[in-house]
Amino acid sequence: MKEKIRIGCGAGFSGDRIEPALILCEKGNLDYLVLECLAERTIALAQKRKKLDPNKGYDVLLERRIEGLLPLLLRNKTRLITNMGAANPIEGAKKIIEIARNQGLKVKVAVILGDDVFDRISGEELSMEGKKPLSSYGKLVSANAYLGIDAILPALQTDANIILTGRVADPSLFLAPMINEFGWNPTDFDLMGKGTVIGHLLECAGQITGGYFADPVSKPIPDMHILGHPMVDINRDGSGVISKVHETGGAITVQTAKEQLLYEVIDPGKYYTPDVVADFRSVRFQELGKNQIQVNGGSGNPKPETLKVSIGYEAGYIGEGEISYAGANAKERAKLAGEIIEKRIADRFEEFRIDYIGLSSLHGTTLSYESEPYEIRLRIAAKTKDQSLAQLVGEEVEALYTNGPAGGGGARKYVHEVIGVVSILMDRNLIKSTVQILES
Amino acid sequence: MKRKLADIAHSRAGDKGNTLILSLIPFQEGDFDFLVENITAEKVKAHFGFQVKGEIIRYVLPELKALQFTCFEALTSGVTTSLAMDAHGKSLSYALLEMEIGEGV
Repeated sequence: MKEKIRIGCGAGFSGDRIEPALILCEKGNLDYLVLECLAERTIALAQKRKKLDPNKGYDVLLERRIEGLLPLLLRNKTRLITNMGAANPIEGAKKIIEIARNQGLKVKVAVILGDDVFDRISGEELSMEGKKPLSSYGKLVSANAYLGIDAILPALQTDANIILTGRVADPSLFLAPMINEFGWNPTDFDLMGKGTVIGHLLECAGQITGGYFADPVSKPIPDMHILGHPMVDINRDGSGVISKVHETGGAITVQTAKEQLLYEVIDPGKYYTPDVVADFRSVRFQELGKNQIQVNGGSGNPKPETLKVSIGYEAGYIGEGEISYAGANAKERAKLAGEIIEKRIADRFEEFRIDYIGLSSLHGTTLSYESEPYEIRLRIAAKTKDQSLAQLVGEEVEALYTNGPAGGGGARKYVHEVIGVVSILMDRNLIKSTVQILES
Repeated sequence: MKRKLADIAHSRAGDKGNTLILSLIPFQEGDFDFLVENITAEKVKAHFGFQVKGEIIRYVLPELKALQFTCFEALTSGVTTSLAMDAHGKSLSYALLEMEIGEGV
């Protein structure tokens, strides 16, 4: 059993930058690298890709990330834990094996299965959000349960270089290797709470090193163009020190750590994961040196009897159109343009929205009522089940060039399919995970 | 000169479904008591009436010297199906920081 391990987090969402993970892996001296690439909706979109092509449905950047990382992982004996398996972990693992063969490398991938519970959904379950039957939302496309450490641990107990999962609770990706290396008892919920605190701090990668934090006036952060992603040295007692590779940009401070600790936390005394109900209220941060923050505290209560399941459903299409106005009476001309579109098409859509970008598109008018911007961009968005009707939004905005107010420029139009996500809770005894090993 | 929350504190916005979560953290830990005393859930609800339709719960975190505001029914129909420009409400931390506070702290 080790006294200390080091885990890095090289990606905090599916579209995250590629190179921070490469730098961590090359220079971070890591025991484990975690890539967290699966948001709620990302997995529903991946299920749709899998339906179109049964060989797809894993993360779209898996190939690019693995091609660069694989030689570094093997050379430095760093194990990778990632949810890039998304809706199709087996096919994702096959792709990794193919990449290894092409690079002449030997790799073993442990695939975690069992999060896909679509066959156990009747449609009559009530959503947590609206207390309505799932079938009333639209055609269901996916149901993925949040697995926890009990699904990941059997994979870590093999000698696999890469552990590839689908839907797993983000902090569990970090807590599992701590348990594996320190021999922690998974019913020691104080330790589970401490490990979950550290996992939660790291899971969004750059969000603790200055990303989503920086404000050049009040909270300046250096060298954001080469923002480093975080790593943590965890001690057997559950405390840790968060840092980053020296020559990277960004900053880790008590302030960045506080912001990230509270990020997306509905109740700081009750942070639910499959492993523990963690309590963040006793967490303390101390600056040990530049970009070195010590984390202490955190505790926990017994894990819940149910697991959260994310349900994806088809929610129709959103059509959008945008056009800009500037100079004298820009606001009035943009408003006239909005009124024209509203009169022509609004009643044909389930939902219709007019925004004035530069004035009120983000926070409404309450806080910006006195503002007179030099330029303003009209945005129309509308929702419908009918794909061709969704296109009409952009077409109508574009037609303002010659039929609308003076000086309208830069029209753009977009249509995208909407996948909605709601949640239910499922008895955890109904959800069984398995591990499958693939090797090159 | 009128002061705003932005002069003494910073904030990060997060989302879970239709729930908006805003932290409020003083730059100087000495200002924590002022925030506890003055930035109540009711005040935030009044400031955010245009955005938050449901209840706002305030959590006070004395060890961390921070406040957390959990705002229900705050993101129109929820992140995944909203027509809003900023469906996640990520920019709303800066709407909270627009709140005017008294001159003396």
